[in-house]
Amino acid sequence: MSNEGVIYRVAGPVVTATGISPRMYDVVQVGNEKLMGEVIKIVGDHTIIQVYENTSGVKPGEPVVNTGRPLAVELGPGLLHSVYDGIQRPLKVLNEKMGDFIFRGVTAPGLDREAKWDFKPVVAEGDVVSPGQIIGEVMEGTMLHKIMVPPTMSGKVEKILAGSFTVEETVAVIDGQEVTMMQKWPVRAPRPVAEKYQPTIPLVTGLRVLDTMFPLAKGGAAAIPGGFGTGKTVTQQSLAKWSDAEIVVYIGCGERGNEMTEVLTEFPELTDPKTGNPLMNRTVLIANTSNMPVAAREASVYTGMTIAEYFRDMGYNVALMADSTSRWAEAMREISSRLEEMPGEEGYPAYLAGRLSEFYERACIGRALSGLDGSISVIGAVSPPGGDISEPVSQNTLRIVRVFWALDTKLRERRHFPTINWLTSYTLYDKQLKDWYAQNVDASFPALREWAMQTLQQESELQEIVQLVGSDALSEDKKVTLEVSRLIREVFLQQNAYHPVDMYCPLPRQFKMLTLIKKFSDLADKALLAGATIDKIMAIPAKQRFAKAKFEETIDAELDAVDKEFDEQFKELGA
Amino acid sequence: MAEVSKEYKTVTQIAGPLVFVEKTEPIGYQELVSVRLSDGTMKRGQVLDSSDDVVVVQIFEGTSGIDRDASVKFLGDTMKMPVSKDMLGRVLSGSGQPLDGGPEISPEKKLDINGAAINPWARDSPSDFIQTGISTIDGMNTLVRGQKLPIFSASGLPHNELALQIARQAKVRGSDEDFAVVFIAMGITNEEKHTFMKEFERTGALKNAVVFLNLADDPAVERISTPRLGLTTAEYLAFELGMHVLVIMTDVTNYCEALRQVGAAREEVPGRRGYPGYMYSDLAELYERAGRIKGKKGSVTQIPILSMPGDDITHPIPDLSGYITEGQIVMSRELHRNGIYPPVNVSSSLSRLMGGGTGAGKTREDHKAVSDQLYAAYAEGKDLRGLVAIVGKESLSAKDQKLLDFADIFEDKIVRQAIDEDRSIEETLDIAWDIFHALDLDQLNRIDRKYIEKYFKA
Repeated sequence: MSNEGVIYRVAGPVVTATGISPRMYDVVQVGNEKLMGEVIKIVGDHTIIQVYENTSGVKPGEPVVNTGRPLAVELGPGLLHSVYDGIQRPLKVLNEKMGDFIFRGVTAPGLDREAKWDFKPVVAEGDVVSPGQIIGEVMEGTMLHKIMVPPTMSGKVEKILAGSFTVEETVAVIDGQEVTMMQKWPVRAPRPVAEKYQPTIPLVTGLRVLDTMFPLAKGGAAAIPGGFGTGKTVTQQSLAKWSDAEIVVYIGCGERGNEMTEVLTEFPELTDPKTGNPLMNRTVLIANTSNMPVAAREASVYTGMTIAEYFRDMGYNVALMADSTSRWAEAMREISSRLEEMPGEEGYPAYLAGRLSEFYERACIGRALSGLDGSISVIGAVSPPGGDISEPVSQNTLRIVRVFWALDTKLRERRHFPTINWLTSYTLYDKQLKDWYAQNVDASFPALREWAMQTLQQESELQEIVQLVGSDALSEDKKVTLEVSRLIREVFLQQNAYHPVDMYCPLPRQFKMLTLIKKFSDLADKALLAGATIDKIMAIPAKQRFAKAKFEETIDAELDAVDKEFDEQFKELGA
Repeated sequence: MAEVSKEYKTVTQIAGPLVFVEKTEPIGYQELVSVRLSDGTMKRGQVLDSSDDVVVVQIFEGTSGIDRDASVKFLGDTMKMPVSKDMLGRVLSGSGQPLDGGPEISPEKKLDINGAAINPWARDSPSDFIQTGISTIDGMNTLVRGQKLPIFSASGLPHNELALQIARQAKVRGSDEDFAVVFIAMGITNEEKHTFMKEFERTGALKNAVVFLNLADDPAVERISTPRLGLTTAEYLAFELGMHVLVIMTDVTNYCEALRQVGAAREEVPGRRGYPGYMYSDLAELYERAGRIKGKKGSVTQIPILSMPGDDITHPIPDLSGYITEGQIVMSRELHRNGIYPPVNVSSSLSRLMGGGTGAGKTREDHKAVSDQLYAAYAEGKDLRGLVAIVGKESLSAKDQKLLDFADIFEDKIVRQAIDEDRSIEETLDIAWDIFHALDLDQLNRIDRKYIEKYFKA
């Protein structure tokens, strides 16, 4: 009686069943077509289910079967390079099984059951292993996939095999229990870690405005809010391409189908700047576009996060992009309103803030059960209605994340890309990361960054004066400040995501560029004191060469040449 | 569903467009319903909520005249659209009934009007340039096959004229593949209907078109199905018959109003400005039906038209649309008042898929650079207009004066064109090179030297 019941009521994606006694969040099969659903509310004998597929034509009286298990993802070799929908159905397999459109009632396992993987054990029979410990390795493409003891298991290794296996075949026996390369883990429960650390290492992205000005720490969380057309997706994709994470999980949550196609065609062709391998080899994509079922959209961020945690447990640095968290929040709102729950702000459920913080709190850097250090950095895009971030999703997100990259419509209109506003964005990791930059880039880096930020702030104050009285009214040294900040904005902060040289800028080069701007600033001040006119300073040829250097193949040599020319040409001006 | 369905006379409650029926057999969600009134009139509806105790039916034509004696028959099937090749040239109502006096459509297939999501894996990137003959679109906001590019307009602006001009002139050059137009009217006035129909007949476009007409005085509930019927037809023509289909939907704002009206009648919790919280997903179900599929010949390209209430681009309707569509063409009241047709405000317009459909081999090698230069110079010129109002034209530098003049020339030569003027992309680019003469050579800072040498003729 407890596992099989019947449908009592159907209203859109929300179905009520009677005759089953499930636990919250158990997965159930609904109707004759066995549509997949999840228990979201229990009222007496009535079980309320959110169904991941379209329910039209489903009738009261049809059967409901409780699987007794919560929504889980399959974790093991075969994850990388995959493209899944929000509930881990592989889109490529669905395409082969049912054609170009996604119809309901079709399932396919997340991991390929046929594929064989070469398993090499790293423990021996008789060893005692703890939960999460690594017992073997598999080469998955170009990545080393470490096979771990499930977090709920431990004991003596009674048997361990080596050779070629599918994900369902037993590779070890631990304490009488058979272990396969595949684990299942419920998506809504965070995977355990041994210890969480304070984040102190930046996630290096190759984007100057992020790495130098507003860095995100590995294991931290950042939000990118912006109206439509400000470049959220381009920024997210740049991060997915160039950040120095070993694994990237990209969640297209309720976004455009054609945009996912762009990612799908572009990623296999791009190479990872660190390893030279195709980017797709380190990437897991989750694509639940805006017209795919809303309940699966709600689940997609958890599916992605669980996969990210699995790779963190192997000791990898993982970057997770969610584009867009607003669509996830809207999915929650839609389901909540079908449940006739009392709404909070703007119709969003009262638990919106709680869900958002639970999600972002799964970002962390720490020691996994395997004993290795790993991290998950989360970058969430937010799509505020009308570009106005006073709305609930933006506000609740900003209360949790410590990095805010503000995208600006005005900058887009001026064709300044990336459109990250340098005055309103912030990072709270700057103090924690200071030492890393001082040790790994240059001792003077933190001070240089500080100087650049102050110069930009001064510019915004000067601009107010200029708009009132014109630039002629400024003193000569203020004119130099304006020119220096123009260099910071146009040469340093602007970066062309599509230019083969400019799209990725390593940290030492970022430092060099900013040092040169500082040098120009110092020398210009000296030249002024020595009596040079502002027109002469503005006209020095090395400045032009500097502005163009970032697009040259030989950029580093160019920058060195500019360095020399600054010395020579300012000498002529008396500095 | 072979079983003969029974008629029920168990209506217990009637509220707004909803009828509550009790003691039925199990009824499927979204099943179609026919209701016979005591005077013999028939009405149709759809199941919104089905349970053992009560079934909630939404009546398409409104509930006036329905009483508790009405008899309700469940038809055992969800809403399907009969489709066939013979639909080309037909004019249908908002619920798919023939309006042109022709015969019923003899279906080759009956398709679920809600369609299904295209598997992102199966999609092909849109990259075939569609020449609309309109410079502001072709040159600066290029449309490609499989794209959804809405026109953001407002009341009193000539968006219908522009849509008709696009429908008339749109072509992929160097191809004579099958081409069709699906025209979906949602809540347009009778007068607007006449404009459209007259134009279709005048140009002979009707023979390659399927027209769906839901007029302003047709029921709001029907308006919610109309675009779904049209898009189901479009998908059939594109992906089963291999045609390239251009879908014009007007006016999405009326559609959203209907959505709000029906939502309110169902006593749903409203989202922003009273529109339902699921409006994003609902609009996505329409817009996302544009696209191309790997290995299939046809394509669905959408040009939805929506009027921004109060000219406000942050209103939920344009805002949610902008988040789903691949760009937007924004109409400007200011240009319209200055007598410029088509009044396209290029600064706030955008085509996200332009990169894939332009350049050497598709349009012309200099296309991207010319477009960037036009954008940049026009933006600077427009900024200067504000400044001139304060300090006067005399106080501008010679270069700034040129930019100021450029903005006017741009609006006159590039933006302005006649309603029957069909410019090729080469003509558009040549006009651009021509008006660049209003600037100094060093002001052409977005264009590579090699293009300047080749195209900038004295």
